[in-house]
Amino acid sequence: MNRHIKLGFFIFFVPVILWLFLLIVLPQIDLLLMSLKFENDAGKMVWSFANYSSFFTQKVYWLTFARTAIYAIIVTFLTFVVTFPMAFYITKVVNPKYKGFLTILILMPFWVSELVRVYGWMILLRESGVINYFLLKLGITHQPIEMLYNDASMIMGLVYTSMLFMLVPILSSLDGMDDSYIEAAHDLGASKFIIFMKIVIPYAAPGIVSGSIVVFMLTLGDYLTPNLMGGKNSLWFTEQIYNQFIESFNWNQGAAFGFLLLLISSLIIWIGLKISKQNLAKALS
Amino acid sequence: MNNVLEIKNLKKAFGDFKAVDGVSFNVEDGKFFSILGPSGCGKTTLLRMIAGFLKPTSGNLLINGKDMLGVSPNERPVNLVFQNLALFPMMDVGENVAFGLKRKNIPKNEIKERVSSMLQRVQLSGYERKKISQLSGGQKQRVAIARSLVLEPAILLLDEPLGALDLKLREQMKIELKKLQNEIGTTFIYITHDQSEALVMSDRVAVMNAGQFEQIDTPVNLYANPKTSFVAGFVGETNKFEAKKEDNTSVSTKDNISFKSIFIDKDITDNCHLFVRPEAIALMPKDDIEGMNYFNLKVKTILFDGSNTKILATINDGSREISVSLPQNREFAHIKEGEIVKAAVHKNDCKCYKIQL
Ligand SMILES: Nc1ncnc2c1ncn2[C@@H]1O[C@H](COP(=O)(O)OP(=O)(O)O)[C@@H](O)[C@H]1O
Ligand SMILES: [Mg+2]
Repeated sequence: MNRHIKLGFFIFFVPVILWLFLLIVLPQIDLLLMSLKFENDAGKMVWSFANYSSFFTQKVYWLTFARTAIYAIIVTFLTFVVTFPMAFYITKVVNPKYKGFLTILILMPFWVSELVRVYGWMILLRESGVINYFLLKLGITHQPIEMLYNDASMIMGLVYTSMLFMLVPILSSLDGMDDSYIEAAHDLGASKFIIFMKIVIPYAAPGIVSGSIVVFMLTLGDYLTPNLMGGKNSLWFTEQIYNQFIESFNWNQGAAFGFLLLLISSLIIWIGLKISKQNLAKALS
Repeated sequence: MNNVLEIKNLKKAFGDFKAVDGVSFNVEDGKFFSILGPSGCGKTTLLRMIAGFLKPTSGNLLINGKDMLGVSPNERPVNLVFQNLALFPMMDVGENVAFGLKRKNIPKNEIKERVSSMLQRVQLSGYERKKISQLSGGQKQRVAIARSLVLEPAILLLDEPLGALDLKLREQMKIELKKLQNEIGTTFIYITHDQSEALVMSDRVAVMNAGQFEQIDTPVNLYANPKTSFVAGFVGETNKFEAKKEDNTSVSTKDNISFKSIFIDKDITDNCHLFVRPEAIALMPKDDIEGMNYFNLKVKTILFDGSNTKILATINDGSREISVSLPQNREFAHIKEGEIVKAAVHKNDCKCYKIQL
């Protein structure tokens, strides 16, 4: 009996541990070492925190980071605002017969890659795009409007890209909620608004938290959507990392930025959890 | 006494199916009123109409003389204890009980006081900070009742609240509920499919079947004088025979045994149902008593159950097994399986009803 468990343990966990170690831990250690090396004036590589300190001393770096983080928070919040009513509608309002169908309908766009989806938006929004075509045809405008390459279109694209990752955890937490909680609250004198704020949202909190963490992290680390929909002036922090690696060939600086992104975003999530009085283990269970 | 609840010809149909089919009754203030019926007879539907979660198809519903149609659940002076209790899992006991009070904009310290005195009432004082998941079944029950009662409703509606508890706890909660209702004097409307719950706790019981009320009466009357075949069969243990009318004072069963009996339904002409309670059958009776049906019992099985011990026996050489209560004194303890025992039942305890579909 005991031996079986041990054997099973090895069969299942050795690949997992190898995978974790070879593909994640090892490269990370390498990057970490790289980020702590700096080419001094004599052209020699020395151990130093200079790559990290340059993030704080050069305004453009941390301003870009702050902008990225704030936008990621806004995107996370907007994604929640957009998906929560959908999740509520699918799980609680609509006839259970159509639940599966509606869920699939919403998930369908996510079967194609992010790149294709973003190009889809671009075809709609660009100057010679579908929307402008109709606006001109209907005589609403006389000149095509540039709807791409601004912050609003970038945020919209990011929200769209993230919806799935917010919707699924909220769906599953609302699905487990018995309708009688809503009725009981109504019976005890609560209005619809209070029921929403005091019963539905707290009940779905674990789903909201895990969805928010995933969306926040993905948005922060997204490269494609900010670049394609926000254009040259999107000023997304991942672009800075890309620039260091690819354009400046400064891998040491790039690695340091990568770690800063990881550390600061973890810090933001930690603060977020503290403020909302949630805990990570519960959200992910 | 004034009526806290008046219901007139209330109906609820789901499509073609009539879940509640023309129910009328009044409930006096401060009474413990039960609705007893088999599962699926429409009890929950009726209760949900009173609470305001379902709109009646037709009929009138008045609480304290005020028409309640179109009044939403959060504005009705009634509260419902749900079948699954529906305690909010993300709140602790105190917050659950305070939930309704907070909606009324009552000052914080008053809420705290009322919550703690309510918890004391249900013997859970000091449980404010406990999580719902830490409570036992009986404690959850009491929190659910406290959460509704703290709002001082005109009527407390309870939907089979003891259904999920085990037998011992159910017996205990029955008595506690009855006491609690006596103390606080709130009108309780209690629905259940368990006749013993209804009989033990209630001032009045309505027996419901297929969306309609068969009889509304005190527990004693319900047991002693059932008005319909359904009530006779559903309330209390009984022996039911298919029978044929012989003349105005007797019927004969399928085994061709003749019983002097009384006809509750006067319009019986031929086939009917005969009901005889197990405790109405006397063992080794005195001879020649006026109005008695005498017969021999062939003992098949003895079902020992303490004070509730029964024997299963056939009448004479018939095939139909009936159950007979064994008196508690040890007078008949010598009876063995296979024995033949003289027995009798008075004609007034042989009640005939017309056959109900
Ligand atoms: N929303 C509904 N739609 C259709 N039929 C229903 C609905 N609610 C209840 N019923 C039917 O009405 C009948 C009575 O249900 P219910 O009041 O829950 O019975 P009880 O509580 O006595 O067990 C059942 O046959 C049930 O299937
Ligand atoms: Mg029910």
